[in-house]
Amino acid sequence: MNALYRRRRVINFINLGISMLTVLFGLFWLSWILWTLFAQGFNSIDLTMFTQSTPPPGSKGGLANAIFGSLLMSLLATLIGTPIGILAGTYVAEYGRRGWLAPATRFINDILLSAPSIVIGLFVYTVYVANVRHFSGWAGAFALALIVIPVVLKTTENMLRLVPDSMREAAAALGAPQWIVVSFVTLRAARAGIITGILLAVARISGETAPLLFTALNNQFWSSDMDAPMANLPMVIFQFAMSPYRDWEALAWGGALLITLSVLGLNILARIIFRQKSTLA
Amino acid sequence: MDTGNQTSHDTSIQAPPAVSKIRARNLNFYYGTYQALTNVNLEIAERRITAFIGPSGCGKSTLLRIFNRMYDLYPGHRATGEIMLNDSNILDPRQDVIALRAKVGMVFQKPTPFPMSIYENIAFGVKLYERLSGGEMDERVEWALRKAALWDETKDKLRQSGLSLSGGQQQRLCIARAVAVKPEVLLLDEPTSALDPISTAKIEELLNELKADYTIAIVTHNMQQAARVSDFTAYMYLGELIEFDITDKIFINPAKKETEDYITGRFG
Amino acid sequence: MHTIPEGQLKRQHLYDLAFRGVTRIFAFLVLTILIGILISLLIGSWPAIKAFGPGFLTSHEWNPVTKQFGALVPIFGTLVTSFIALLIGIPVSFGIAVFLTELSPLWLRRPIGTAIELLAAIPSIIYGMWGLFVFAPIFAEYIQPWMIEHLGPIWIIGPLFRGAPQGIGMLSAGIILAIMVIPFIASVMRDVFEVVPAMLKESAYAVGATTWEVVWNVVLPYTRIGVVGGILLGLGRALGETMAVTFVIGNAHRLGTSLFSPGNSIASALANEFTEADGVLYTSALIELGLILFLITFIVLALSKVLLYQLAKGEGTRT
Repeated sequence: MNALYRRRRVINFINLGISMLTVLFGLFWLSWILWTLFAQGFNSIDLTMFTQSTPPPGSKGGLANAIFGSLLMSLLATLIGTPIGILAGTYVAEYGRRGWLAPATRFINDILLSAPSIVIGLFVYTVYVANVRHFSGWAGAFALALIVIPVVLKTTENMLRLVPDSMREAAAALGAPQWIVVSFVTLRAARAGIITGILLAVARISGETAPLLFTALNNQFWSSDMDAPMANLPMVIFQFAMSPYRDWEALAWGGALLITLSVLGLNILARIIFRQKSTLA
Repeated sequence: MDTGNQTSHDTSIQAPPAVSKIRARNLNFYYGTYQALTNVNLEIAERRITAFIGPSGCGKSTLLRIFNRMYDLYPGHRATGEIMLNDSNILDPRQDVIALRAKVGMVFQKPTPFPMSIYENIAFGVKLYERLSGGEMDERVEWALRKAALWDETKDKLRQSGLSLSGGQQQRLCIARAVAVKPEVLLLDEPTSALDPISTAKIEELLNELKADYTIAIVTHNMQQAARVSDFTAYMYLGELIEFDITDKIFINPAKKETEDYITGRFG
Repeated sequence: MHTIPEGQLKRQHLYDLAFRGVTRIFAFLVLTILIGILISLLIGSWPAIKAFGPGFLTSHEWNPVTKQFGALVPIFGTLVTSFIALLIGIPVSFGIAVFLTELSPLWLRRPIGTAIELLAAIPSIIYGMWGLFVFAPIFAEYIQPWMIEHLGPIWIIGPLFRGAPQGIGMLSAGIILAIMVIPFIASVMRDVFEVVPAMLKESAYAVGATTWEVVWNVVLPYTRIGVVGGILLGLGRALGETMAVTFVIGNAHRLGTSLFSPGNSIASALANEFTEADGVLYTSALIELGLILFLITFIVLALSKVLLYQLAKGEGTRT
């Protein structure tokens, strides 16, 4: 066993050891953050959190108005963004063999997918909020919808591409016009994957704060008026966490745990649905 | 066996020359700048089985996919020349490809069941152009499944996914699906290449029964299969039609040396 | 044999055209979103552009009272924090990707891969809260004093590690950003490592190379373009990250030499000041900051995508 060989083995050993340490490094932060959330937030989660609205400083209360606002805006954003994303993704995947629009859309969409979400908020502010001159739930929903669109578009496109051409040919060979091939065969074959994408999009927007800063803003009270500023979990957490009041801080931790659990839950659910589909097919 | 008799029976009544259903003249085909078919001329007989044989890449599948303009789905693919089907040129740009494909059915190399139930798989194509009542549709589905010799195996699970069937059953489902729209021509692109021998035998049996009603063109890698099922055989090589004749003639007494070499395995 | 009625065919063709048209409109809509963002930000920042011109980029002034605004401090903070994030994030992501593709037993790949990806799913506001309340105090108590003592005296890099150990500041923001971008970079690296043909790796093993040598001399050169693409993707994320940074960067319009000093990033300046900004010029200056951020991330992300597309295309021609 010569010296060079031994040296190579030592280098190999050290570097692979470091590689394993990096994994521990990543898992370390994940577990630390999750542990903190549970330790700090678990006690704040109780029934009053879901039944009472955000309190004034120095008193007890809940997050009901913020939870409601978040649910409502996320729901509307999903309802607006999903069809747009699916239709645009369908165009890119199914009609994209010819012409410039599909590759251009794919490229721009990939950029929108990672674009800073605060810029999306700024955009909705300048084109909508600044014109109607007040913050509103609608503005928040629009901003979130703009985040849903690229996620859904991307997964729709990817899932449609996984559908083999032989499936399209088989449908076309029966004399099916393309709109039937796409809507009743390929989109149907890609259904589970597209649902996964929608879930991931919902997970993404339910934690987004930055795009709501200049759009929905916040509301201390229960409000279902989409045309007025609307409370939402991320903004309440932001405001309460930055405040000097202990009660608010505790509520912020409770809200943080709630958001994280729902986001991680949605992510895991999406994975399970996708995996079940993959084993079936 | 029963089918053996039928085969010999069929070949005996085939003596009078068949009417031609499809006529290709000066057919050329290009993938972009690559020419895949050169000056193909042939006639496909009505209610007969015509087989296309030849080594991989000889253009036999390409030729088949021209008969229903399947190549239209892909940019850069184009055909020149003339293919007459019922006195209209299917290569004519004005030819309605949807209508054409409803008349010319196709079954692919691998089974392609749609992600829906067995029943819906069959009904899919029928619903495109016919308004049938529930009862009529049930009858049509049963009829098609019987035609594809799949009825007995599936009649109790019509609502199950088409993907739940075995490979051989899936392929017969695809044949049933193609038959259900009552096309005039049936194109089969190596329909048994992904199947086991028993399923293959079943499908060959089926073809023999189907030719009473349909004009069938089949591409196959398997020369025995061509000899077993077809009435006419075309041998293709490097995008050209080398020889085309009655199957028995091709296999027993081919006119060309190349054909003989391929048939007898001295090819290459 | 039935024939298809002419009217029905015509209708189908009409539906076909309509369906294609509708999906096309929505694809087009996505393009217009991007153009809309650019135009609206440009219009919104026009007063500031007119008032300050290109000097906006180089001025470190930020005074709402005298209405003097410059973008240097937030741009500097954005770049510094993102740079720190990459400095930590790249080697860690590389290690994780190597583990997931070359070392991990098969049964462990999915759970670990999923766990790392979940790191990306945690909302950024959670990172911010955790950073402010948990990480920063520990950082100030244990890590920063050690850094001041041991790194502070070192030539050249010393000044970076001086000042009061406050916990919050640019270094903390950079470290938290690093944790946030690791899953993005690591998953791209893993994906591109997986496309290396097994035969290529096996031929290297066959001449007696160690696992590390295969990774370093075969896998990494083969996937270079994709790795850079992944890093740029992570950079794009880090540049625009808002909430996590806002919590821990300190939000001070100051240009400090020390990484311990509080600073500001473009995104955190927007998050903190936008709703309270009064006057057209102040708002407009903030929108111009947003425009700058968008342009920088656009360039970085576009470059990233071009590189990744190239890799995907090369993949297609090789097989």
